[in-house]
Amino acid sequence: MSQLNQGSGVVSARLQANEYKDNFLDLHPPLDPHEALVAADRCYFCYEAPCVTSCPTDIDIPLFIRQIATGTPEASAKTILAQNILGGMCARVCPTETLCEEACVREIAEGKPVDIGRLQRFATDTLMQTGEHPFVRQAETGKTVAVVGAGPAGLACAHRLAMHGHAVRISDANLKAGGLNEFGIAAYKSTNEFAASEVDWLLKIGGIELDLGKTLGKDIYLEGLLEDFDAVFLGMGLGGVNELGLSGEEKDHVIDAVSFIHDLRQTKDLSTLPVGRHVVVIGGGMTAVDAAVQSKLLGAQNVHLVYRRGRERMNASKYEQDIAASRGVNIITNAEPTRIIGNGAVQEIEFSYTVDGLLGLQRTDDTFRLKADQVFKAIGQSLTGVPSLLKIDGRKIAVSENGKTSHAKIWAGGDCASHGDDLTVTAVAEGRDAAEDIHRTLMA
Amino acid sequence: MASLQSNFLGIKSPNPFWLASAPPTDKEYNVRRAFEAGWGGVVWKTLGSEGPPIVNVNGPRYGAIWGADRRLLGLNNIELITDRPLEINLREIKAVKRDYPDRAVVASLMVPCEEGAWKAILPLVEETGADGVELNFGCPHGMAERGMGSAVGQVPEYVEMVTRWVKETTRMPCIVKLTPNISDICQPAHAALKGGADAVSLINTITSVTGVDLDLMAPTPTIDGKGTHGGYCGPAVKPIALNMVAQIARNPITRDIPISGIGGVTNWRDAAEFMALGAGNVQVCTAAMTYGFKIVQEMISGLSEWMDEKQYTSIDQFIGGAVPNVTDWQYLNLNHVTKARINQDDCIKCGRCYAACEDTSHQAISITPDRIFEVKDDECVACNLCVNVCPVEGCITMETLPVGAMDERTGIPVSAEHGDWTTHPNNPSAQAAE
Ligand SMILES: Cc1cc2nc3c(=O)[nH]c(=O)nc-3n(C[C@H](O)[C@H](O)[C@H](O)COP(=O)(O)OP(=O)(O)OC[C@H]3O[C@@H](n4cnc5c(N)ncnc54)[C@H](O)[C@@H]3O)c2cc1C
Ligand SMILES: Cc1cc2nc3c(=O)[nH]c(=O)nc-3n(C[C@H](O)[C@H](O)[C@H](O)COP(=O)(O)O)c2cc1C
Ligand code: SF4
Ligand code: SF4
Ligand code: SF4
Repeated sequence: MSQLNQGSGVVSARLQANEYKDNFLDLHPPLDPHEALVAADRCYFCYEAPCVTSCPTDIDIPLFIRQIATGTPEASAKTILAQNILGGMCARVCPTETLCEEACVREIAEGKPVDIGRLQRFATDTLMQTGEHPFVRQAETGKTVAVVGAGPAGLACAHRLAMHGHAVRISDANLKAGGLNEFGIAAYKSTNEFAASEVDWLLKIGGIELDLGKTLGKDIYLEGLLEDFDAVFLGMGLGGVNELGLSGEEKDHVIDAVSFIHDLRQTKDLSTLPVGRHVVVIGGGMTAVDAAVQSKLLGAQNVHLVYRRGRERMNASKYEQDIAASRGVNIITNAEPTRIIGNGAVQEIEFSYTVDGLLGLQRTDDTFRLKADQVFKAIGQSLTGVPSLLKIDGRKIAVSENGKTSHAKIWAGGDCASHGDDLTVTAVAEGRDAAEDIHRTLMA
Repeated sequence: MASLQSNFLGIKSPNPFWLASAPPTDKEYNVRRAFEAGWGGVVWKTLGSEGPPIVNVNGPRYGAIWGADRRLLGLNNIELITDRPLEINLREIKAVKRDYPDRAVVASLMVPCEEGAWKAILPLVEETGADGVELNFGCPHGMAERGMGSAVGQVPEYVEMVTRWVKETTRMPCIVKLTPNISDICQPAHAALKGGADAVSLINTITSVTGVDLDLMAPTPTIDGKGTHGGYCGPAVKPIALNMVAQIARNPITRDIPISGIGGVTNWRDAAEFMALGAGNVQVCTAAMTYGFKIVQEMISGLSEWMDEKQYTSIDQFIGGAVPNVTDWQYLNLNHVTKARINQDDCIKCGRCYAACEDTSHQAISITPDRIFEVKDDECVACNLCVNVCPVEGCITMETLPVGAMDERTGIPVSAEHGDWTTHPNNPSAQAAE
């Protein structure tokens, strides 16, 4: 990366105009038809395939791959979308290396799994490029459901309910639907406005009304929704971010990673987006990695990702860590920030090394400082504005199987609900399963 | 190192790998390149009578079926015999033979089923110095409709008659190429023998339609909306060819006639298998058409490495080696008991053996929740299907139970005695063992 602007501080246009495009190209470029056939040929059509067991949405992987291999990618896409209506996005963002592809028998046999994610993308892209929606809505049931949150959980739930003939209204605080698909996922995973076009395509099922710019607890209330609708599904994700609780945290350019990524995803011309010369990201999950990698791609000179525990405890997969390393991010583990130093704006940040032993995580006296003109906090998101009606489990809405909450007419799923693992695909599975349960309940 | 030197009917070649009569041997340019690449001999693309040359369709002339990764498994063609003038072919044969005296050059012939036609062409071939002739009684398309090729090969009397004409006219060794489009291959082989043939070669292609174009609603390859049957060859036909070679090699009437083995030979191992079943040499077409002439290098190195390993110093030492072990079903030992064994270290847990056995066979493989697959000895009939479908070679094997061991499926201990259908109590025409 040839730096255009190596100056200190948080500035824009660090790179040549064309470099932005190259840097933010698709992480997993699509397969062409020949590559897809070669990749599909590798699938063994396993019995009760382990890959399927490892897919949170239980896509029939051997079947959809066989449908590609036999020249029917659109039938293949239907197999995928019948289980996972956001199969297109999941093909781009799923950490397949810890899901289906980790379980693939060819990973066991040769250390080289079938390219399930990219085959899924090939099939879903082929179908979605036709612009057609493959499912037909059942006759109207006269039942109505309110969905809060137009992220993966809410969209999957709404689609399945609409398919069954219910009338759905999705309310979202944002002015754009998609949730973190639109605002959170790394730019090089979802290129070409895919999130927005996927939402448009999904809504073609009919029977879903989008009600944007409506915040639960501010513009709409659970009590009102319960009165107006036969059931409610909550899929509002995690709106808050965790604080470090450090002195100096209020200094300029100490911001949460999610809002940095949010801005990045909504910036048309990335050369206008300012980034530091010395960037420090604090955290060890996917958000931390994405913030670090994308700062580097924007032209930051030094990017450090600092995690308080050992590498094996990081939530980002080994594969994600390797992406970070290959893009030039320095990963430092077993270090915790203690002080943010600067005069108005951040200049340095001080860390203590830690030991993670029997007594839990403990700081040592060994400290070091990193230069920083921009600091991203990525130490987790939290649920905000939980309706007082509902029982909480830890820091999330308590749900039992199929997303049932403590209230008989309210279901929840995705990141805001107590099950699950904060992945797009899990949110889709939970939204879908809740919809089926709502459907059963409404039709009983 | 083992010698691959071959002597087939007195025709010497540095190795037993010949190119079969087909496009690879249709002209001097090809044959010279083949010899440079290392092929031991060629059977020149079939020559017809003098006169206006044969006309081929412009194409497409071939159709194919493929396995994984588009590996060509079967090839079908609707080409006819050479479409170049006879004099040019003869001149080229002469030039090539002169320059490669150590290689085998055999001329394949197909002329109308009249004595005069055969007697006219043979002196012309002799004049080239070719090592022998091969009579093409095999092509199943085009020429057959004109009373040649397989139209002759399917009638043993014609085979015998034409062979006799040829043997009366020339002292060149005469190989009769047989068509597989017949129910008992021994009959034309016997007819060739009676006519005085020095050898038979087989198989020619199998009548086939490769596929259907579902848009055009026409068979493929499709020419202007229509298709016709062609001749099938390539790896897919090897099992059929091997059986036919073996039938001739073990039939008391035909077993002494030398055989040139053809049909799906793609690598050294295929060649060794044909030779083990009695072929004195092999001929190759589709493999060369698929990969080019260079494959012969693998055939040469592979066969000689295997021969060294087995301590064979010449190919005669294993030709026909497997023939005594080809028998009829009724003589197979019904008291021989094997069981499938899964090597857990090699198993990748795909479950294909389970699906195959559970859905279509004997429900003899068990699956645990953590995907351990095991054979149930009390159900396994040793059909071998699991071995055939397992993607990991050598992961499932068939273990022979020792004499005296209990066969848990039948509850009967393994007998030391041979017991076959001829003496089995369920066989109404069984003879009591003496
Ligand atoms: C930076 C980042 C990168 C990620 N990368 C990946 C990845 O690569 N792969 C992967 O599988 N997962 C990834 N994830 C996780 C994934 O994005 C989430 O698990 C998933 O989006 C959860 O879906 P959801 O529908 O539950 O919530 P969200 O996607 O968060 O959607 C919630 C929606 O609810 C709306 N909302 C919130 N509160 C209210 C309210 N009070 N009233 C009305 N509307 C409200 C929000 O505006 C939003 O549209 C990433 C997460 C982040 C933060
Ligand atoms: C193991 C096996 C046993 C078969 N047994 C019979 C049989 O008893 N009777 C019969 O008519 N066909 C039998 N067949 C032939 C099949 O019915 C079928 O005609 C043949 O396999 C070709 O079809 P396929 O290759 O498309 O499967 C058998 C095939 C197999 C593989
Ligand atoms: S585990 Fe791998 S080989 Fe088996 S069905 Fe799944 S993708 Fe195919
Ligand atoms: S193989 Fe050669 S002659 Fe045949 S179609 Fe292709 S280019 Fe033409
Ligand atoms: S087919 Fe082979 S690899 Fe697959 S489960 Fe059976 S034994 Fe294991």
